[in-house]
Amino acid sequence: MSDHDHHDGVSRRKMLECMTWAGTGVLWTVSGGVPRALGLVGEAQAAEPVGFSFLQISDSHVGFSKPANPNAIGTLEEAIGKIKAMPTKPSFMIHTGDITHLAKAAEFDDAERIISQAKLDVHYVPGEHDMIDEEIKLYRERYGRGTKGAGWYSFDANGVHFIGLVNVVDLKAGGLGNLGADQLEWLEDDLRGRSTSTPIVVFAHIPLWTVYPEWGWGTADGARALDYLKGFGSVTVLNGHIHQVMQKVEGNVTFHTARSTAFPQPAPGTAPSPGPMKVADDKLRSLLGTASIVFKPGQQRLAIIDTPLQS
Amino acid sequence: MTIATIRHLAIRCAVAAFMASQISAVRCETVSVTIDNFTFAPAQLTVKVGSTVTWTNHDDIPHTVVSAGKFKSKTLDTDDSYSFTFATAGDYKYFCSLHPHMTGTIKVE
Repeated sequence: MSDHDHHDGVSRRKMLECMTWAGTGVLWTVSGGVPRALGLVGEAQAAEPVGFSFLQISDSHVGFSKPANPNAIGTLEEAIGKIKAMPTKPSFMIHTGDITHLAKAAEFDDAERIISQAKLDVHYVPGEHDMIDEEIKLYRERYGRGTKGAGWYSFDANGVHFIGLVNVVDLKAGGLGNLGADQLEWLEDDLRGRSTSTPIVVFAHIPLWTVYPEWGWGTADGARALDYLKGFGSVTVLNGHIHQVMQKVEGNVTFHTARSTAFPQPAPGTAPSPGPMKVADDKLRSLLGTASIVFKPGQQRLAIIDTPLQS
Repeated sequence: MTIATIRHLAIRCAVAAFMASQISAVRCETVSVTIDNFTFAPAQLTVKVGSTVTWTNHDDIPHTVVSAGKFKSKTLDTDDSYSFTFATAGDYKYFCSLHPHMTGTIKVE
């Protein structure tokens, strides 16, 4: 067991047990700090969610056309089609970054054309792939309005405080994701004076918790952000980047990563690199998908339902 | 001058030119670094002053080659290359600004 596993209080084995759910799609509910799987997504969807819900979509990588998925646009369209067909319309969507593969204008245009068909408000944070155009301006031109710094912001919906963070810029050699001093200061200010009974949802591209530092899957100063959230009774941290479902609960904080709509990536340490994972064509859609998050007033934990494109 | 002498001179000339080209190749060598599986290979490389290093990305994911204050590539998509000529001796540490766990060093002497 490595050091970071000790710190997280979650063994690697436990994490991999979690991973075995990745291909199926499970409704998670949590009581007393222990996540419990209620059933497969098919059953979960049959039950109408009570309360306020929103949807997470991530890593659409519009423009990606390599063997792991030659048609990332097509699978994004399928994901949006499923969102449109949901029996209960979510209040809005969050996109946890890597909208595009190479931050080209045409890729942003395609993404917008497809995602807007869901007819939902979308709150974005950038992934590293969205910030690689020569002048690093296309993401901010499209989605940066009203945001601070590299694109961070917060808003309130149905009594929940949402915080979108950017941990993909100004990365340091040898390091992980990075929030930086300015953003951390802003976060501290944003939370100051807020009632600790306010449920908090934090979303960012790279996991804020250390998933696998050997592949850069973590945020160097993520622990400082989590320090500011310590006093709050209900904190949910939603990330993307690793193209697979992973969840852990630590005290008052539930961490969760969403699937990509474009291509899967290997479980930590199971491949030479975190690059796109080529799977059999008939298996691809079971590894892509979205997540919907249901908030029930009075409950500490938000229920997270991961839905693959094909179960 | 006999034909044999001319031929002899020509051969000597050709040998000299060949040797000259060898010398210039040593002075201004071109060395390759590949990017496979999120790794620069070789990660440590020693070259002579004046050498050009070319990085080529073989991954299905874009990478960059950045040495703070020294050089910075554009985003390299699959099979894209970036070259930098090292005019000054020193140790150049570099990394991929998208995947900062990817690091390497060029030692120029």
